[in-house]
Amino acid sequence: MAIKLDIKTDEKSNFTASRLNSSTNALEIRDLNFYYGGYHALKNISFDIAHRQVTAFIGPSGCGKSTLLRTLNRMYDLYPNQVATGEINFHGENILNPKQDLNLLRSRIGMVFQKPTPFPMSIYENIAFGVRLYEKLSKAEMDDRVEWALSKAAIWTEVKDKLNQSGLSLSGGQQQRLCIARVIANKPDILLLDEPTSALDPISTGKIEELIHHLKEEYTIAIVTHNMQQAARCSDFTAYMYLGELIEFGITDEIFIKPQRKETEDYITGRFG
Amino acid sequence: MSDALTLKKAILANRKRTNNFALALCMVAMMIGMFFLLWILSILFIKGFSSVNWAMFTASTPAAGTAGGGLQNAIVGSLLMVGSCTLISTPIGVLAGIYLSEYGNKSRIAPITRFVTDIMLSAPSIVIGLFVYALVVAQAQHFSGWAGSMALTLIAIPVVVRTTENMLQLVPGSLREAGYALGAPKWKVSLMIVLRAAKSGVMTGVLLALARVSGETAPLLFTALNNQFYSMNMNAPIANLPVVIFQFAMSPYDNWVGLAWAGALLITLGVLSLNILARVFFRDKNKG
Repeated sequence: MAIKLDIKTDEKSNFTASRLNSSTNALEIRDLNFYYGGYHALKNISFDIAHRQVTAFIGPSGCGKSTLLRTLNRMYDLYPNQVATGEINFHGENILNPKQDLNLLRSRIGMVFQKPTPFPMSIYENIAFGVRLYEKLSKAEMDDRVEWALSKAAIWTEVKDKLNQSGLSLSGGQQQRLCIARVIANKPDILLLDEPTSALDPISTGKIEELIHHLKEEYTIAIVTHNMQQAARCSDFTAYMYLGELIEFGITDEIFIKPQRKETEDYITGRFG
Repeated sequence: MSDALTLKKAILANRKRTNNFALALCMVAMMIGMFFLLWILSILFIKGFSSVNWAMFTASTPAAGTAGGGLQNAIVGSLLMVGSCTLISTPIGVLAGIYLSEYGNKSRIAPITRFVTDIMLSAPSIVIGLFVYALVVAQAQHFSGWAGSMALTLIAIPVVVRTTENMLQLVPGSLREAGYALGAPKWKVSLMIVLRAAKSGVMTGVLLALARVSGETAPLLFTALNNQFYSMNMNAPIANLPVVIFQFAMSPYDNWVGLAWAGALLITLGVLSLNILARVFFRDKNKG
């Protein structure tokens, strides 16, 4: 019995090592610090986000997980007095470099928000808007792209007959998938999902989780979630954060089955948080 | 009955009394307002409608002592001036509103612009009329429709600026972030997402500005003056409803006084329909 268990652990740790050492990291975060004015919100965060894997950020409210996500596409840059130091390497470039072209960066690292944010235009235009920013497509090509993105986001069959209707006419869950389609249509490398299901009902949540599962075959995904089961279900890697620090980072199964740190265990078992 | 319950009932009874008293005060205030509004409207409708006839739209203002006549020249002049005022003030006002709401938060010009706009909002329109008189009419040595249009534009712009800014401020920040998250540059986010989301509110602002200027008399007295004849020349004095009402209402001729009432009715109905249109726009917006 004990022997069997040992073997299993061994297999798993080999597996772990190979996955952790994999040279294909989509993002490498090094000594990241973040400040809201005088408030030190992220403290010396360092870890890698693996290529075409799902990485979940979990932790109690205010722990900095959304802040961390918003540094990855420099969304914080919209606001004065928000500063990040350290390095976030993306294809060998530090995206925190002030010379970084933010529009280009954001077209390569897409983001979906907590509340669905369809633009006040038709479903078709919601998708085409982002595509037109960086590509000049013919009408036929654009039609194909819109269909492709909506299909990828598993909403095509629901909206194909009403592409000219306002994006606002859809239900909350559909709106959120429309927003995911809008990001995918830009063909980014990375998808950042900031609590994408917290405003949705269980059925819509299920659809989005299923979608995440399919999307990771082609995209690197980072997801912030308050829902521990969601992190366990959807992600390959999990980062547990508390008070702006990265407490533990590792393979999701290990974090949930056998966390190394007591704080992590307390949080995921619900004794704290 | 327990003491606690008795106490609760006493508090409730007291609350009801206060509520009824406040409600009665509100009703009285409402009735005072309604009374005068209805009084004004009923007199306007009675006197106005009795003077309305088809000739009003086909004949020009009559000379003193001649019978009949209409308001055609004044209606056309008013439409021309208010129309050109709208065409000029809408883009300026909307763009300035976008600047204040979307770009202004880091600059020092924005609070100054906002302050000046607020002063302009409450500036007496006669002051604006005098200003345009000194600047344009006195320089050109003649009154003109353009000068009148300019005075109206100066009155309309601050209204459009402030409503546009307020409406854009109502657009949730998450919508802007969603635009930036796609890699859209700021001007595209502002014009194609934020402005579009606030479209009906901005339209409402433009309509309210229109309603405001279409009844302005003082600034036109100094600028467009009046013209007894039909004219579409904006470079010359031009007839307009408010000034015609002003002159005709105080005249001793019955047909002039009648035309003044008819003109007043026309403006009131115009402003009323603009206000209703604005409400319809805004209701559509709130429906999402």
